[in-house]
Amino acid sequence: MTVMLSQRYKRGELHEFQAADNGFIYLVSAGAIFALDEVTKSVLELLEHGEMDHADLVGALVAAGNDPVDAEGLVRELRLVGVIHSKEIIPARAPAGPPMDYPLQALVLNVTNQCNLACTYCYEFGSDKIATPQGKPKYMTLETAKASIDFLLESSGNREAVHVTFFGGETLMNFKLLREVVGYANVQAAGQGRKITFSLTTNGTLLTDEIIDFLSDNAIGVTVSMDGPAELQDKRRVYKSGKGSYAVIEPRLRALIARHKTRAVTARVTLTDGVTDVIRIYRHLKDDIGFHEVGFAPVTASDNQDYSLGDNGMETVLDGFHALSEEWLEYALRGQMHGFTNVSETIGELISGTNKSHPCGAGLGLLGVSPSGDLSPCHRFTDADTHTLGNLETGLDQAKREDFLSRGHVGAKYECQTCWARPLCAGGCHHEAFVRYGDTGHANLHYCDWIRDWTDTCLKIYGTIAARNPGFLEHFAKRKGLS
Amino acid sequence: MKHLKPINIKAQKIEQSVDAVDDEDVVALQQLPGGPRPHVPMGCTLSFSPGWEVDAGGGTAGLCQPVERDIYDCYVTCFWPVQVPDHVNYSPDWASNCAAATKDWRNLDLVFP
Repeated sequence: MTVMLSQRYKRGELHEFQAADNGFIYLVSAGAIFALDEVTKSVLELLEHGEMDHADLVGALVAAGNDPVDAEGLVRELRLVGVIHSKEIIPARAPAGPPMDYPLQALVLNVTNQCNLACTYCYEFGSDKIATPQGKPKYMTLETAKASIDFLLESSGNREAVHVTFFGGETLMNFKLLREVVGYANVQAAGQGRKITFSLTTNGTLLTDEIIDFLSDNAIGVTVSMDGPAELQDKRRVYKSGKGSYAVIEPRLRALIARHKTRAVTARVTLTDGVTDVIRIYRHLKDDIGFHEVGFAPVTASDNQDYSLGDNGMETVLDGFHALSEEWLEYALRGQMHGFTNVSETIGELISGTNKSHPCGAGLGLLGVSPSGDLSPCHRFTDADTHTLGNLETGLDQAKREDFLSRGHVGAKYECQTCWARPLCAGGCHHEAFVRYGDTGHANLHYCDWIRDWTDTCLKIYGTIAARNPGFLEHFAKRKGLS
Repeated sequence: MKHLKPINIKAQKIEQSVDAVDDEDVVALQQLPGGPRPHVPMGCTLSFSPGWEVDAGGGTAGLCQPVERDIYDCYVTCFWPVQVPDHVNYSPDWASNCAAATKDWRNLDLVFP
């Protein structure tokens, strides 16, 4: 008996893009990128408006001049890869229990919740704050910091290297602790034959030559939160008196960049209403001040904050991003590194084919520790009672962690299921979602168009480099974002 | 793969898995793909019982076991509902009058369920 199997094919979940006169696809189920040949493009065109029978599809290919055996082979290849499929694909559902034994990779120590600046958009102190620091310690004690290091080393499984980020408040208001805990952590890690690396985020106001030398000697990566040239910086990054901070930090930053030899020094810019001239900001921070890399992110804000980026602001930002990414590509084709972090980070994710279950490592490989020793998904939830995931003394609260991770899983976000950009976005920042929608597991719908546009831009850059200077991509194969 | 060119690490992994698929390899009752070859199906064919074969002379006299032995292979050792009664549930005594299959096989009667 012969059983005739008639398959009906349709297109898999793909995002097609053109780069350097070639066609490419981004395979959404996997995060894989393929370059297409002409005959594959013709299959995708044939299936553009609906399904086709196996025989009809092969017949159409043969009629177009392809060898019948080759046509069968092509259909088989596309079917096995998932470019076309004959069955209904059911998207993976959020797991009932996300991995509980996931080894920790990084801790963010909020060494203080105090700050000497009063930036008007601050998520920790501004009007959208979720932190409830009343009655809690303002500065982390050495004891708590040491317990954090022990906790990190214990909870990180077999990882060879772990990472500590120092954060605030203003991190350098507790530099004394930082200095001691780095020494302690190095000894503890070395005792286990493991590596521990460090980074910190600062507003730059308290940098001294002595501190800079310590940071350089200990290979501590430095990210400076800063918004650009004086006029833009002083708009919202101000002291409590309202005085701008540019004049204070500028000479300190020049010293930092000149003296810090062991790690790249990065600027992290918050884009707000009126602070949208991405190119001008980039030129100032990269070319005038001398930062190695500059990354941008729109401010996190609920609706109707006076510093929010409106739609117009967002358009201006995107135009700037596009101009800078073109420049990034020109550099890449010449084999040179450009300092626009937003592209570099995305290229790093595209080369490995990242396909995220969660938007970031928060609550998974990364946790925040508050000055009191409370654990939270990340530094943005520090000192927020409603988001505490346990305490260093009592350990990680697995039930709360499970709730946080189940909510935040991309499979639990309905709107994401039909979006091709979900392997990289996974719904976006948990904290931003909470501020906007009151739920860490809500997809950040206000950014969807922007994320798709940006991902498409980076895919085109990726495709162009893959076609013209593929060796350059190797630089990003090992890049790991820990921001 | 001939038509799709992988350009990131995930795509390369997919290519490797696709290249490893061999859809000419049709086997029944196989265990894991990529397992030891030749595939050894489970069941009664696992044990070699010379049955309805013939010996070197074309007859059945020289077989190392009598052809009737096959009846017992199906009746006792095989899980498959073959054309002999099942000894577990319905016909536990079916072969009780057949001590030696070569001599007593005529005592094996039909079963009417």
